[in-house]
Amino acid sequence: MTVDRRGFFKLAGLGALGLAGARSLPVLGNPLPSPSPPESGPPSGVRWGMVVDLRACLHDEGCQDCILACDHAHNIPQLPDRKHEVKWIWKDPYEEVFPMQAHEYLEDALRGHPALAFCNHCNNPPCVRVCPTKATFRREDGLVMMDWHRCIGCRYCIAACPYGSRSFNWVDPRPYIEKIDPEFPTRTRGVVEKCNFCDERLARNEQPACVAACRNGAMTFGNLADPTSTVRLLLKSRYSIRRKPALGTHPEVFYLV
Amino acid sequence: MYDGGKIITGLLVFLILVTVPVWFNAATHAQARAPQLKLPEGATACVEPTAEMRATHMELLNRWRNAAVRSDERFFTMPDGKVYEKSLSLTCLKCHDNKEEFCDRCHNYLAVSPYCWDCHVEPKGGRS
Ligand code: HEC
Ligand code: HEC
Ligand code: HEC
Repeated sequence: MTVDRRGFFKLAGLGALGLAGARSLPVLGNPLPSPSPPESGPPSGVRWGMVVDLRACLHDEGCQDCILACDHAHNIPQLPDRKHEVKWIWKDPYEEVFPMQAHEYLEDALRGHPALAFCNHCNNPPCVRVCPTKATFRREDGLVMMDWHRCIGCRYCIAACPYGSRSFNWVDPRPYIEKIDPEFPTRTRGVVEKCNFCDERLARNEQPACVAACRNGAMTFGNLADPTSTVRLLLKSRYSIRRKPALGTHPEVFYLV
Repeated sequence: MYDGGKIITGLLVFLILVTVPVWFNAATHAQARAPQLKLPEGATACVEPTAEMRATHMELLNRWRNAAVRSDERFFTMPDGKVYEKSLSLTCLKCHDNKEEFCDRCHNYLAVSPYCWDCHVEPKGGRS
C-alpha cells in the first residue's frame, strides 16, 4: 500500500484527534464534587467550638474586654482609616450579625444592641475551598487555620467568607500596634488575617484569650465532640442559633438567645 | 604596526591597574575573614549538632513552622530530655539572644536576608 503526502497528513490528524478524545473522556465522565457535605451527627474525637451567651454579654453592653484581650494577644493594629480596619473579634448590631433571624418586630432587648462576632470556624468553610495555596485550611479538630507563611494576599477567602471575618492588611500594621507582644508574630502588608481560636494558646492547654478575659461568663469554649463538656451541656439546655445557617457553612460558634 | 610602543605601554599600564587588588592582598597577606559570631552564654549545644545547624538551619526552621502551624506539633524533646517549643522567636532567639551579632552577622556576610522579621518580632524590637 502506498500513501501519498496528503493521505499521510489526513491519517495523522485523525490519529491525534482519536488520542485526544480518548484521554478527555474520563475527565468529562467524573461527577462534580458535592458542594456541601451534610452534617451527620456529632463528631468523635476533638471538635472545638464556642458558645456565646448573648444575654450575658448584653448585661455589660459597653464591655470591650474580650476584644482588647484578643487585640493584645495577637498584635492587632488599630488603624485610623476604617476602610483598612483589621479585626478578629468585634461587635455589630444584632440585625447585622443575624440578618436571617432579624425582622421588623424584633424585641427591643436585641434590636440595635451589639452582638459579638468572630470567625465561625465553619464545618464546611468556603474560605478553605477557594484558597489557592492552602494557606487557610481546616484542622481535624475543627479549627479553620491561617498559615501566614503561605498567604499570597489574593483575597479570594475574603470574598468567600459570608461573615466578614477576614481582614486584609492594606498597610504595614507595625506602626499601629500600641505595644508589640513579642510572643506572637505580627503580620505584614499584603496578607489576610482572622481569628485562629487561639491555637497557640490551645497548644499550651489554655483557653482562648477572649474567653479568659470575659468577666460576664458570656463565652464558653470546649469540645463539641464530648457529650459531657460545658458547651454541649449549654447547647442541650438552652435554645441556640447560628449565623446565616441557610448558607450551609455549618458554623461551630453557637449563640444562646 | 603603527604606534606599537604606545599601545603596548598602554596595555601594560591597564593590566597593572586591573590587578592591583591581587598584588595588594598578596603583599599585605590579607585573607577573607569569617564573621565573628557571638555564641550564647550559658548554653553549650544547639538543638542539633553545630555543623548540621550551620548547614541546614533554614530547612529545620521550615520543618518547624510546618509542624507547628499546620500539624499542631509544637513541642519536641531533646535527647537529654529538655522540651523545646518549635518556635523561631521563643526558642532560637531566646537562646541566641544577640541577633545582631549572630544571625545578622553571618547573614550579612553571606548576603542572605530572611524576611521572617517582617512578622516575627526580634528580641529587642525594631527591625533590621
Ligand atoms: C506574614 C508574616 C510572617 C512571616 C513573613 C513569617 N512568619 Fe512565621 N509565623 C507567623 C505567624 C502569625 C505565626 C503564628 C502562627 C500560629 O501560632 O498560629 C508564625 C509561626 C511560625 C513558627 C511556629 C511558631 C512560632 O512562634 O515561631 C515558625 C517556626 C515560623 N513561623 C518560622 C518562620 C520563618 C523561619 C520565617 C522566615 C523564613 C517566617 N516564619 C516568616 C507569621 C509570619
Ligand atoms: C539552648 C540554646 C540554643 C537554642 C535553643 C538554639 N541554639 Fe543555635 N547554638 C547554640 C550554641 C551554644 C551554639 C554553638 C555550639 C558550638 O559552639 O558548637 C549554637 C550554634 C548555632 C549555629 C552554628 C553557628 C556556627 O558556629 O556556625 C547556628 C546556625 C544556630 N545555632 C542556629 C540556631 C537556630 C536557627 C535555632 C532555632 C531553630 C537555634 N540555633 C536554637 C545554642 C542554641
Ligand atoms: C554560620 C552562618 C549563619 C548563622 C550564624 C545563621 N545563619 Fe541563617 N543562613 C545562613 C546561610 C548560609 C543561609 C542559606 C542561604 C541560601 O541558601 O541562600 C541561611 C539562611 C537562613 C534562612 C532562610 C532564608 C531564606 O530566605 O530562605 C533563615 C530563615 C535563617 N537563615 C535563619 C537564621 C536564624 C534565625 C539565625 C540565628 C538564630 C541564623 N539563621 C544564623 C547562614 C547562617
